[in-house]
Amino acid sequence: MRYRFALFRTSLLWAMILACGVALASGEEESAWNGGLKQKYFGDKAIEESNAVIELTAPYRAEDPALVPVSVTAKIPQTADRYIKTITLVIDNNPTPFAAAFHFTADSGKADVAMRLRVNSYTHLRAIAETSDGKLTMSKAFVKASGGCSAPIGADIEAAMARLGKMKFKLDGDKLALQQPNLTQLLISHPNITGMQMDQISRLIKPAHFVQEVKVSFNGKPVLTAQTDIAVSADPNFRFYFIPQQPGELKAEIKDNTGLAFAYAQAVTP
Amino acid sequence: MPFRDIPTPRIRAWLLAVLVTAGSRADAIELRQVAEGIYVHQGMHELPDARNHGDIANIGFIVGSRCVAVVDSGGSPAQGRELKAALRRQTPLPVCYVINTHVHPDHLCGNRAFREPGVVFVGHHKLAQAMALRAPFYLERAQRELDNGLTREDFIPPDQAVSEKLELDLGNRRLILTAHGPAHTDSDLSIFDDRTQTLWLGDLLFEWHVPVIDGSLSGWLRELEQLRLVKAKRAIPGHGPVTGAWPAAAEAEIRYLSRLRQDVRELIQAGKTLEQALAVAGVAARDDWRLFDEFHRRNVSKSFAELEWEEP
Repeated sequence: MRYRFALFRTSLLWAMILACGVALASGEEESAWNGGLKQKYFGDKAIEESNAVIELTAPYRAEDPALVPVSVTAKIPQTADRYIKTITLVIDNNPTPFAAAFHFTADSGKADVAMRLRVNSYTHLRAIAETSDGKLTMSKAFVKASGGCSAPIGADIEAAMARLGKMKFKLDGDKLALQQPNLTQLLISHPNITGMQMDQISRLIKPAHFVQEVKVSFNGKPVLTAQTDIAVSADPNFRFYFIPQQPGELKAEIKDNTGLAFAYAQAVTP
Repeated sequence: MPFRDIPTPRIRAWLLAVLVTAGSRADAIELRQVAEGIYVHQGMHELPDARNHGDIANIGFIVGSRCVAVVDSGGSPAQGRELKAALRRQTPLPVCYVINTHVHPDHLCGNRAFREPGVVFVGHHKLAQAMALRAPFYLERAQRELDNGLTREDFIPPDQAVSEKLELDLGNRRLILTAHGPAHTDSDLSIFDDRTQTLWLGDLLFEWHVPVIDGSLSGWLRELEQLRLVKAKRAIPGHGPVTGAWPAAAEAEIRYLSRLRQDVRELIQAGKTLEQALAVAGVAARDDWRLFDEFHRRNVSKSFAELEWEEP
């Protein structure tokens, strides 16, 4: 009986995957984007397609669809006159196409950001930069992957839940370089359950449980803030830059969709 | 290992025979009796595709005096039927068990050919969940890439689940099944045949074909440490030829996994990124394995995510 119930649940999953299969047939076309996604996220605003402001890098074939390394490189410096305010990542054929939005300031140093994403089918991946002058510029890449969102939760979900909310920062070279952009990694332990994965014990689809908001500050001043969704891989990992004027404390504050909030601070010195 | 390193002329000759028969794929699948009553079909070192019909894994059966246990049923419904036909040419005894060594589709998509009254499907206690969870994903891929007629009905969950150990009696032949912790997958089962001291390992053991991590790198190395202690005369891998003695047959795999773990640990400690690790970790082993380019980077990716949160 239990298995029959599981089969019913499976058929739901199956339907979702089939839906992805339909999207997949559109191949490298722009139908999902032009057919609604662009309008949904950016309204009628013009978006220039170019790698002059940012450039998106993603593997053409994803070895592991649940863990696709994606990076956005800024092509313009962050200056008070003109800087990148927001970078939004959209994965056309994912069940939830919105992956994340990162907000920078003129003091961010360099509006680079890197992370790992779940990619559910052959799809375009887009990074859209909004500069301080209000203009939108898009860089895109095509990724061949399948099943990233429904990929099984890690083999050891109990261990993952036990360290839920644990965080760490890693500085390039383990020390701070003053008055220049510092490449920084934020590691967050969170299973980021998509809601498309099945709980190994109850065989029910586990409700979505994922990090929704990330705030990083240095000595109380915002460095990077982000809204994130289920496309961000389990144990989210973000790389970004900040410019410290003196030694101090890096702090991360996160919230997930169930209302849980976690904070972590780490002293960093040259 | 490279061909020139194959130890004995006998094995070399056998290998050539296998390569030749694989090249001229016949209707009937080739079986080899690796020990008294133990028949193995060796799959090709390829990715599954529409041409090879998913014939990429080692599958076979063990014959007792009362009945037969099938060990993995093949990579497609058609291969399950071929295995059944080949079995019928070897013995008139009924099939009493179908043992699935783990959830991967190259090993269990032939299940349905064996479903009939009296046949008990056996698997790891996590296999039913793993199957339910992954079947949609595998079906979608089969439809897109393999065109092998796979349906949901081909995924038959175990009637009998193994939580730790289970003994099966085939008549004068005792099989001891062991359920392992997360290793190659989270549903790995090994089989020890008491009569011939043969250890059928499924994908806990890869020969030639680069090991594929879909469970836990550290967990796999832990399980191999235990398995090494089993006093067996031979081991049957999930991929690659049945070659030397046990535990010598596990050395190459242990070397690959250990080196990968060491490299990834060092890269993480040095603050390197996943992208950087993908380019360098474990690549020294490239010439030692088949299908390295197809699977190694994914292994690095899985290992990196696992080891990043490893407690020192």
